[in-house]
Amino acid sequence: MLGPYYKPQITSVLSILHRITGVVLIIVGAPLLLWWLVALGQGAESYAAMQESLGGILGRLASLAINFSLSFHFFNGIRHLFWDAGMGLEIQSARTSGWAVVILSVALTATLGVITQ
Amino acid sequence: MSIVNPLARARGHGSAKQGVHHWYLQRATAVLLTGLVVWLLYAVNTLSGAGYESALSFLSSPFNAAAALLLTFAGLYHAMLGLQVVIEDYVHSRGLEIALQFVVKGGCYIGMVISTIYILQIAIA
Repeated sequence: MLGPYYKPQITSVLSILHRITGVVLIIVGAPLLLWWLVALGQGAESYAAMQESLGGILGRLASLAINFSLSFHFFNGIRHLFWDAGMGLEIQSARTSGWAVVILSVALTATLGVITQ
Repeated sequence: MSIVNPLARARGHGSAKQGVHHWYLQRATAVLLTGLVVWLLYAVNTLSGAGYESALSFLSSPFNAAAALLLTFAGLYHAMLGLQVVIEDYVHSRGLEIALQFVVKGGCYIGMVISTIYILQIAIA
């Protein structure tokens, strides 16, 4: 896909981003959610310890990656479902919906950042 | 050349006829997940900044416990199908591919079991 003849396009960039964000969600997001659940089940001390560990710079970076991945995969997934139903398949509508997904996911990522601050 | 005749070879190969099932379940879980992600956003909004006790009482509600269970199963199943295709597309060493597929499927099923136990334990306690 990369190389001297490839020019980035909104459609192909979002396509690979859908895969990347999906992988981030299962590799980073799912274990963190499971950790949260297990800590909650094990009692107040474990819960506090988990919150402390996630408060650092690494935890914040992971949160940002998860927030963006969830937002993007959610909106772009809905875009895919419309395509599966045969809607929005014209090049121009695919580009427009692509930019809409970008704007919506950045907005939701920012909102989540503020909420979980 | 092999001693297997061409018809036998043709019969043993080709589509395993499971593609539609895979395609369908990937979309069916996706539709479920759109609703469950909205619930997850609601959960994050309710619980961020709230402490241990609020988190416990949140998951004690039958509705929230059910949503958490559904999210676990739909999410991990969706991830399992998605990662399977990603591995098929990018991992070209047969041994590594089989090993990764095994780890992904095993990991997702283990995740389902552990989540279920904890969600039920918190919901019923």
